[in-house]
Amino acid sequence: MAEESVARPFYTVLVLALVCSALVAGTAVGLRPFQEANRKVDQQKNILRAAGLFNPEEKVVVQFQRLIQPRLVDLTTGRFVDQTMQDAVKLEEKRTLTRDEDPAGLFQLERYVPVYLVRQENGYGQIILPLRGKGLWSTMYAYVALDADLNTIRGISFYEHGETPGLGGEIENPSWQAGWQGKRVYDADDAVVLQVVKSGKTDGVSAEHRIDGISGATMTGNGVSAMLQFWFGENGFGPLLQTLQHQGGLNERSKT
Amino acid sequence: MKDRKRDLLLRSIIERNPIALLVLGICSALAVTSQMQTAFVMSVCVTLVVACSSCIISLVRAQIPNSVRIGVQITVIATLVILVDQVLKAFYFDLAKQLSIYIGLIITNCIVMGRAEGFAMSNPPLNSFLDGIGNGLGYGFVLMSVSFIRELFGSGTLFGWEVLPLTTNGGWYVRNGLLLLPVSAFFIIALIIWLLRTIDPVQQEKD
Repeated sequence: MAEESVARPFYTVLVLALVCSALVAGTAVGLRPFQEANRKVDQQKNILRAAGLFNPEEKVVVQFQRLIQPRLVDLTTGRFVDQTMQDAVKLEEKRTLTRDEDPAGLFQLERYVPVYLVRQENGYGQIILPLRGKGLWSTMYAYVALDADLNTIRGISFYEHGETPGLGGEIENPSWQAGWQGKRVYDADDAVVLQVVKSGKTDGVSAEHRIDGISGATMTGNGVSAMLQFWFGENGFGPLLQTLQHQGGLNERSKT
Repeated sequence: MKDRKRDLLLRSIIERNPIALLVLGICSALAVTSQMQTAFVMSVCVTLVVACSSCIISLVRAQIPNSVRIGVQITVIATLVILVDQVLKAFYFDLAKQLSIYIGLIITNCIVMGRAEGFAMSNPPLNSFLDGIGNGLGYGFVLMSVSFIRELFGSGTLFGWEVLPLTTNGGWYVRNGLLLLPVSAFFIIALIIWLLRTIDPVQQEKD
């Protein structure tokens, strides 16, 4: 073992820290383009999966190109951004939410949000919306696919979260996500009623508006409910969905 | 001398298995063994990290001041783990997603630290490297055994290939749900330790 002086531990550690941080920083920067590309493919895969269209045999990018039409939504007006204007908008424009507006714990809400339309033979069959909200530990990210009636859920796909593996982390379990199919977001009065309810209980919610919770993950379930409440409400996609409804659904609008 | 090297490489698989004899690294053995594929990737990652960290620490062992040696070891290990994590994220994204936090947790895997402190600090680099590979193999051996049992009887598959057709898919095998839970790995590891110590009574602890 080396001769010990008072200063020696300090400069040894300093040199080591410098070398190690240079290595870590170097790899992180060098590999970032690959990682970004992977992340993008993963997102596209999850969008397809939410719509129930994902086919593992075919390249994700090709499927996405063929089946999905991305559009931008202006949340302040509840309308699509005109396709010719899409490049001109400032994507980073955000506003801070007040406490009352913010059940899902987002703090900040962007003005422009990308949504995805699923191409069909004549027009569009589904609309896929990105959701996010605070769970127990982390922000959960999901895509939810709505049917052309803009109310019935076709599928959901949670793709990023930091919930407890085995408990809240089960939100990424496909068999739980399968339970979302056919549930309805709005009731007859256009109120957002879809929520996660403790498994086996009804809490006075009718079956079509009720998603069975995961046992041991009550807080995560509450987070998911709050997320639905926010994103389908007036500050989220509520206005967009209403506008589309008034214009006669997904296809009437999309032709213009 | 040759024999010594072979011994270093092979002794950790049965005689001095890090999980079975030293009972280190149990935590990740519970977490990643429900499927053989993740267990395999985890074994490879841990082997790489143990071997490289042992080698590097052994190389600079004369320069490491005694008072901060644990900190130095952890820094080297953490750097290697971050490198592995970054590379996985760049080239094997799906696997990285499945293993999620467990890659990061290699840092806290006692085997890595145990070999650094217990072997690499007092042995030359090549021997330390071999010892690291050996311990990685021993770890991998237990992980693969546990995941073999868990995946075969828990999901009826091996490496994702269907072996026992499940009743849920129209087959005849009723799967054992307990084996998919992490707790089942506890029982299987205990059984493996029992088996190894029965075959090789030297490993038995005297009470």
